[in-house]
Amino acid sequence: MPTRGTPTPNISTATATATAEAASTLLRELVAHLRQNRTQLREEWARRITEAELLTAMTKEEIFAEATSVYDNYVEALETGTFEALQAYARNLSERIIPRGVETHEVVGIVLLLRDVLARSLFAKYQTDFTKLNRILDAYEPAANRIANTVAVGFVQERERIIREQQEAIRELSTPVLQVRERLLILPIIGVIDPQRARQLTEQLLRGIRTNRAKVVVIDITGVAAMDATVANHLVQTVEASRLLGATVIVTGLSPEIAQTLVTIGVDLGKMTTVGDLQGGIEEAERLLGYKVVPFVEGAVEA
Amino acid sequence: MDVPVLKQGHFLIATVQSALTDADLAQLRRSLVEQVGKFRSRGVIVDVTAVDVLDSFACRTLRDIAHMAGFRGAETVIVGIHPELAFTMVQLGLSLEGVATALDLEEGLAYLQERTTPAARKSSPLATRGAGRGPVSRGQR
Amino acid sequence: MASAERIRIRTDRDILLARQRGREMGQTAGFVATDLTLIATAISELARNIVLYAREGMLEIHLVAEDARCGLLIVARDHGPGIADLTRAMQDGFSTSGGLGLGLPGVKRLMDSFEIDSYPGLGTTVRIAKWRRS
Repeated sequence: MPTRGTPTPNISTATATATAEAASTLLRELVAHLRQNRTQLREEWARRITEAELLTAMTKEEIFAEATSVYDNYVEALETGTFEALQAYARNLSERIIPRGVETHEVVGIVLLLRDVLARSLFAKYQTDFTKLNRILDAYEPAANRIANTVAVGFVQERERIIREQQEAIRELSTPVLQVRERLLILPIIGVIDPQRARQLTEQLLRGIRTNRAKVVVIDITGVAAMDATVANHLVQTVEASRLLGATVIVTGLSPEIAQTLVTIGVDLGKMTTVGDLQGGIEEAERLLGYKVVPFVEGAVEA
Repeated sequence: MDVPVLKQGHFLIATVQSALTDADLAQLRRSLVEQVGKFRSRGVIVDVTAVDVLDSFACRTLRDIAHMAGFRGAETVIVGIHPELAFTMVQLGLSLEGVATALDLEEGLAYLQERTTPAARKSSPLATRGAGRGPVSRGQR
Repeated sequence: MASAERIRIRTDRDILLARQRGREMGQTAGFVATDLTLIATAISELARNIVLYAREGMLEIHLVAEDARCGLLIVARDHGPGIADLTRAMQDGFSTSGGLGLGLPGVKRLMDSFEIDSYPGLGTTVRIAKWRRS
């Protein structure tokens, strides 16, 4: 049986036998203290945040307003032992501050600062009663850790969600399937093609062919710097798959370097129609579709 | 499961309506080649819109149909291959080389009209030109 | 977590059944449409090899979840004549030339993993897996 109620420096056993009821009494006392000193404590916290140069993307007023909200949610989580409201608030806060460039270390930093500010105030209040201080801290610390954890994890999850969304948007943007006229699609490819992007691109094009009832597709790879055997084979597969849907593919913008690479690695260029540049490709496509080439376009080519 | 074959003028239209066993595919090939001779057909359309898998055996059968019908004077066009199917087929290395393909029945008919109408237009490697499609549409099936 | 199907493969009808089951289980696992087609096609190829070369065999489809990923593991097993020259059977031209190829290199390309054990006179086991794209 550990000692209890006697002033002893043995912190670890001080509250080992405290009943749940005693712990909740302590938490109530703690919450009352945090409510009583709300103004002073959150001012202290906001000051420490500024001092530590955290949340520099936000104004003093904004910091104080957010600090107040976090503080109240924090105290509520301590009191009720439920974290849903705090979780929701953390997500909402993250959503607002992530676009402003607030970093993970800043969010973790401010929550740890709050933990520190509150712990210090507890020290000040109970410094004369060391046993009580220990018991209060034992009740406070697990809850505080869980709160810190909840806020930090909420922030990171929100950040990851935004990053995923952005990646998806970039991928979609990077491979636009454009309908230039009836039955003709253009797919300009820019940047690096890895197998995953190549697959996504192919699927997107095939769907585009079906929905637009395209007969001719011009794939322009002027913006592709390099191509290895894997990607070249993907290109050949895209051409073949398009044909299975009844569409003819014209590849334009093959740089001399890429042409050299393709020949070296033995890609069968006979399987695809290639035309020098995008304009030539579109003209060829229009010829295949039976459109007449109007004279001034021919003039423009010669110029 | 039998595949219904419709005679539409000079063309035969086979619409595959569900997954076919190897025996069904072989039966389809026999039946089409036979009917090409019987009706002196000029073109064959195999519509695979309802098909969810075209494996190596099915592709080989389609290619055989095209070649055998070709020997008997009819051109074959495969229509309605789904995007996922096309993607899978080329990964498997089955790209139906030498066999004509079109988006759907309408396109397939337009292609055959063009290919089999003498001196209608100068031959183009594509099935249709611009908006001018063949006179036969899906609704007349 | 485990969910599995065992399908006896003897006739060309069983091939259809197997790929239908594979598609259903792939749907349960949450695969996208293109991957469902890849899986069904791979099953079709393996099941047909059993019918053509071993006459009879077993195809198992397992729904697996490990290390936070989810997918299908497919095992095709027979006690047929086995493959004498595995290296040659895995060469591309050999299978897609239009002859009596086994289609194994194609199946390998469709899946994320591919393993084959074959002993002449004893039989062949092919294990393939596909993981769901996140």
